[in-house]
Amino acid sequence: MILKDVVEKLGLKERTASEKLAVEVNGGYASDLLSDVLANAQPGNLWVTLQVHQNVVGVAVVRELAGIVIVNGREPDEETLKRAQEEGIPIMVTSLPTFDVVGRLYQLGVSRAPGR
Amino acid sequence: MRCPMASETSFQQEFAIEGGDFNNAGRASSRLRNILKQIGISPLVIRRVSTASYEAEMNVVLYARRGTLSFMVTPEKITIVVEDEGQGIADIGLAMQEGYSTASREIREMGFGAGMGLPNIKKNADELEISSEVGLGTTVRFSVKI
Repeated sequence: MILKDVVEKLGLKERTASEKLAVEVNGGYASDLLSDVLANAQPGNLWVTLQVHQNVVGVAVVRELAGIVIVNGREPDEETLKRAQEEGIPIMVTSLPTFDVVGRLYQLGVSRAPGR
Repeated sequence: MRCPMASETSFQQEFAIEGGDFNNAGRASSRLRNILKQIGISPLVIRRVSTASYEAEMNVVLYARRGTLSFMVTPEKITIVVEDEGQGIADIGLAMQEGYSTASREIREMGFGAGMGLPNIKKNADELEISSEVGLGTTVRFSVKI
């Protein structure tokens, strides 16, 4: 499934890199610990988190993630938006909590799949 | 701009890292990643190198005053050295244990300091060497085979 379909079906609001929504989402990872994501998220995964600071972008770049979903109605910091735009990392926001986002992703068939 | 590895014996460069500078945190690893892409290193090796170098770079940002990240590419491997001036690590064996951390509450709230940084570096590297002197600084040297 491509990121654009996920955005539409979950009603996510786009914040950065909307031009990158054609990317394939091959699974997901949910964590607020950056080292956990660095260790365990797979390339092409969608990352669900409540962290809003700019280091999430660096993590997404290093792990080659499909994008970042920020939960609970939180908004990314100004610096985060700038950096994500610069690096071409799609950030989306939702008022849903992590549990609900992950549940809906599973319903859509996006489950935790191994990366490439 | 592709520079073919075949004719090159080695390629090296150094980047500065500032302690506490979250605006630029991760940029050295990001630049390194771009260079490795340009010289045609395989995606898997790039991911291993950049995950480990990002962790090492963040350790400087989170715990040290300043440092450098330098790397060298040879036809066999990529070697990264992250050297810092900072508080140092009192017990490296303990720091290598997953879950052990000396991080402050602020650092933990950002999602760092889970005691996974050094273990993550070890996991992604083929060789790892850490030396440290309390009050002076730490040197983390690792390499990934190409």
